[in-house]
Amino acid sequence: MADGPALLTAAVGGDRRALARLLTGIENGDPTVRALLPQIFAGTRGAHLVGITGPPGAGKSTLVTALAREYRKRGRRVGIVAVDPSSPYTGGAIMGDRIRMLEHSADRDVFMRSMASRGELGGIAASTWLVAAAMDAAGYDPVLVETVGAGQAELEVARLAETTVVVEVPEMGDEIQAIKAGLLEVANVIAVNKADRPGAERSARQLRAMLAGAGGRFASPPPILLTVATAGDGVAALADAIDADRDRARSPEQARIRAQNQVLRAVAEGSRRRAESRPEWDALVEEVTEHRLDPITAADRLIGS
Amino acid sequence: MTAEAGRERSSPIRVLIAKPGLDGHDRGAKVLARGLRDEGFEVIYTGLRQTPEMIADAAEQEDVDVVGLSILSGAHMTLLPRIVEMIRGRGMDDVLIAAGGIIPDADIGPLKEAGIAEIFGPGTRIGDIARYFRDNARSRT
Repeated sequence: MADGPALLTAAVGGDRRALARLLTGIENGDPTVRALLPQIFAGTRGAHLVGITGPPGAGKSTLVTALAREYRKRGRRVGIVAVDPSSPYTGGAIMGDRIRMLEHSADRDVFMRSMASRGELGGIAASTWLVAAAMDAAGYDPVLVETVGAGQAELEVARLAETTVVVEVPEMGDEIQAIKAGLLEVANVIAVNKADRPGAERSARQLRAMLAGAGGRFASPPPILLTVATAGDGVAALADAIDADRDRARSPEQARIRAQNQVLRAVAEGSRRRAESRPEWDALVEEVTEHRLDPITAADRLIGS
Repeated sequence: MTAEAGRERSSPIRVLIAKPGLDGHDRGAKVLARGLRDEGFEVIYTGLRQTPEMIADAAEQEDVDVVGLSILSGAHMTLLPRIVEMIRGRGMDDVLIAAGGIIPDADIGPLKEAGIAEIFGPGTRIGDIARYFRDNARSRT
């Protein structure tokens, strides 16, 4: 990527090909694009960054498609980042989220990008939030980030999104599932999708009962909405609930926590890179393999002061 | 990710697998997507019945290195050149465009003329396709 500044100017000026190339540069850690990060970050326009997470098959992609349709009706330009898992063995990935998002493919005001998680275990890739920031700078608002199908522990998205939507389906488990720590705990909005299935009302009621008065992170429990993403039912109310969460998410305290998480994330990635590039890397790993050295001491030698 | 893979900083090749036209099934395309995943490619799969515009849009937004078009319906002589034209028309000059499916030998020459870099018929081994993509996809510098 020869001319970074020109690429950035074109991307924020509405050139979709330029934006796509910029996103690739961010994802690949391209040095030219890396040098542009301060400008990209300074040029963000305050888009609402929304994480959409939930177990595989809950209907996240279909719900994102339906949400995009709703936001388009409201005259908003929508950015979508859909993350799918990379193979831990080959690094390859299959990203199939576009299959459910075809209706937006001809719409110039919806920009959708698929990302592989590239070895990250938190449900999103290391560069996902920088990609979202670049979409923000290019004028998309909201930016919807769909995570890989999450289990109980893929909570990274909640550390970085302003509003986290957790998508569940009816009859996802007994009441104890609802009070375990994890996914539900980080939700700012809960969608019980596939609500045309039996048990939807009851699931919502159980969730509501469990989350009411539970204290925890928020003063008030998150709204729980019934949706049928395939038919669009309940999607307008979901969009309203997401929009209504924006003010809470924008408090100085929340903004600071998010910034702190972003920096910590970059520190972790940076130290990993630094450790791996050290000449002692192979030898130290060898020593740990043979139990002549423990991993913590090895890490100290690699990145300790 | 293994330590070896983690240390390698080169980025995976991104491939769009698309099915233009009205084919009734996509078994072959899915087998190929899976095989390329196992070869370490990042594969974006768009499903059946794509128009040339949809394919060009997806290639543009996803900034892929390779577009692989699978077609069984017999409409390849109309659809494939139009897709090439649309992709090139959006300034994606360096994207490798290949095709596979049921394509008679007599059509291969004209399709290559129209900008399809290579055509893989039934029975092609996925390893050979992967090698071709690796050797011919643009390099990211």
